[in-house]
Amino acid sequence: MKTSRWLKLIGLCGVVVLLFATVTSAAPQGELEIFSWWAGDEGPALEALIAMYEEKYPDVTVINATVTGGAGVNAKAVLKTRMLGGDPPDTFQVHAGQELIGTWVVANRMEDLTWLYEEEGWMEVFPADLLDLLSTDEGIWSVPVNIHRSNVLYYIPDNLARWGVEVPKTWDEFLEIAPKLEAQGIIPLSLGENWTAIHLWECVALSVLGPEKYGQLWDGALSWKSPEVIEVWELFGKILEYTNPDAPSLSWQQATDMVVNGQAAFNIMGDWASGYMTTTLKLEPVTGYGWAPAPGTEGVFIMLSDSFGLPVGCRNRENAIAWLRMLGSLEGQDTFNPLKGSIAPRIDSDLSKYNAYLQSAANDWRTNKIVGSLAHGVVANERFMNDFATVMDIFLASKNAEAAANAAEAVAIQSGIGR
Amino acid sequence: MTAGLTGNPPERTVKDMQSRRDQVMAAVIILPSVILLGIFVYGFIAQTVRVSMTDWGQEAAMVINPKITYVGMANYRELFTGFLNMRFRQDLTNMFFFTLLFVGFSLLVGLLLAVLIEQLVWGETFFRTVFLYPMSLSFVVTGTIWRWLLQPRGGINALPTLVGLPAGKFLWLTSREQTLTFDWSHIFHYLCLGVLIVSAAAAFSSWTGGDRRKLRARLAICAVLIGILASGILTRIKLLPFAEAHGFNKALWGVVIAAVWQMSGYTMALYLAGLRTIPDELREAARVDGASKFQVYRYVDFPLLGPITVSAVVILGHIALKIFDLIFAMAGPDHYPTSVPAITMFLKTFRGNELAVGSAIGVILLILVSLLIIPYLVTSFRAEER
Repeated sequence: MKTSRWLKLIGLCGVVVLLFATVTSAAPQGELEIFSWWAGDEGPALEALIAMYEEKYPDVTVINATVTGGAGVNAKAVLKTRMLGGDPPDTFQVHAGQELIGTWVVANRMEDLTWLYEEEGWMEVFPADLLDLLSTDEGIWSVPVNIHRSNVLYYIPDNLARWGVEVPKTWDEFLEIAPKLEAQGIIPLSLGENWTAIHLWECVALSVLGPEKYGQLWDGALSWKSPEVIEVWELFGKILEYTNPDAPSLSWQQATDMVVNGQAAFNIMGDWASGYMTTTLKLEPVTGYGWAPAPGTEGVFIMLSDSFGLPVGCRNRENAIAWLRMLGSLEGQDTFNPLKGSIAPRIDSDLSKYNAYLQSAANDWRTNKIVGSLAHGVVANERFMNDFATVMDIFLASKNAEAAANAAEAVAIQSGIGR
Repeated sequence: MTAGLTGNPPERTVKDMQSRRDQVMAAVIILPSVILLGIFVYGFIAQTVRVSMTDWGQEAAMVINPKITYVGMANYRELFTGFLNMRFRQDLTNMFFFTLLFVGFSLLVGLLLAVLIEQLVWGETFFRTVFLYPMSLSFVVTGTIWRWLLQPRGGINALPTLVGLPAGKFLWLTSREQTLTFDWSHIFHYLCLGVLIVSAAAAFSSWTGGDRRKLRARLAICAVLIGILASGILTRIKLLPFAEAHGFNKALWGVVIAAVWQMSGYTMALYLAGLRTIPDELREAARVDGASKFQVYRYVDFPLLGPITVSAVVILGHIALKIFDLIFAMAGPDHYPTSVPAITMFLKTFRGNELAVGSAIGVILLILVSLLIIPYLVTSFRAEER
């Protein structure tokens, strides 16, 4: 029949095109568009990666599409309009975990990368806890390029000696020494805008619940209205009494500055604050500034990670895959992370390239129990995070633990946490 | 010419043809903009209204062909009475107070500046430029500068220390204090009160204007409203199963100051232009009648500036209702005390993936702005026709 001959011809053409595609994949060419919100302090680290990519694949033109500002709020809005409009970038920066899964994976917009993990042997070099947080039952969805730790307590050792206080190991100890600090006119714990409060909350929650129950919050096994969670809010409220009243107007840097200037004793922040103090403020790790796990969270590592994925239907798929391969490689991770001030997700990275703080973080990364961060998109989807910010702000105004727990429960149900 | 026309049929058809051709030409010329407006303004409004009545934004909102079901007014009901949308209701309250204060102070400061500048013997152009200049900045720039100035431990609060006074303590943008609080369930009661105040003011103006018929009608409306308020029907409506306090957040003062700083130069320019159009004879006449300087302003200049005030209110009012960038730059996205519906709309849509709820907030904003603009357009069209 005539039509079948036509079909054969079309099929043949398809085979030829496929062959051609595999041939070209050996030497990528064309373009690669990388979408991120890395500019300013984080710009050089990304540029180093791009330079490395261009050296490896000189025929590819890299388009560095950066949308700055608002800790990614603006970039995410632009990304959503582009994806909805059918114009996905070849690869984009996204917080690993539910921020990616809850928005893009459930929408079938991402390609499963399990094959790439198997091909590159990444199953062995990334910690199992991390792989759990990156995956669903259907696959692994992105390649993590860096790891930050969120539960870090910062202080200036000389100042603590002057004020006569020790680094608190638990929140009870903190609540004991806080009045002593206040009596000397020192703010015990500095805090910044809304998201830094959520950041503090997750550290408090981990200390009260422990890693197991903290994890259960996110798979729905532990109710947000349970007595333990109400206890979290109550303790959190007590801690807030020892923070600065002008917190909402401060960025995280300004909150860190308060500790450095001696106006405040402690600050809980992700370990990008180490990079800020080392690089921008020129303080020596260990002697210039000190750190410890947030009170009551010793032996647990709350992690967050920037990662890159492969959107379905991107224009330069082969180039993007080459980019992902490079991001996951030892060389790529050890180029990027010392510059970014973060550690490599790989457990075989070369620690001699990192400073004292990062070496200690990397050691904890290899030995500690790993859980995901709420404030930075690992454990909860974007809808939950958006409404939780409102719950937090209502709590900051009312300090009503029960009401906050009820509201958080309602948010968790509506946004399908643990479903 | 006209006499010649009536007696000359062939010429009339030429004229007719010409005018018909003009009409066709006119239609062709405006057609592209009608089509573009139709699609990109009215089409998209229709699309937004349609989306706002669906549940788009459940799981997998970003899928290529999202599963969207029609839910009627559910999103709107949720926004006004839902447990989790307390933020939106405080946004509306914030927007109300912000609009009131921003428009009021911009008019006042603008009028004051215009009167002062008019008195100047020299340097008028210089000062006019100085005061108008803030308007050339974008709200983002203004917001960033004022964010620094209003830092509780620096900027404005540190000013008194320059002359040896203790530093200011007010927490400008970060205060969580609230005054004028009311229970959201009683919102209709307060809306009714608002309408009563407006109609009482209207009645007062028709009384001073000596319009007996309008006065009677307006007094009747006031009486009905007072009756409704006194009966307490409106306070018995239960929108929410619990008491929910909203009110004026003191943190809004910081935003109002920045916005007034930026826009009062604009009202100044409007008023200055208005003062220039008032003929000197009128003032002369008043002065001859023995009016003081103040009385000239009170009885001659200000009443004649009325139409300018109305257009300034409409322009500033719609800026205030739609304000987003200034507050986003000054206080960030998640600062509840200064949040407004436009910010929540952005966050719900682009961060929370709740596209339907975001659209519903957009539609509510559109309705509020139309309530301000449509009466203005209607009256100005009527005035033109007359």
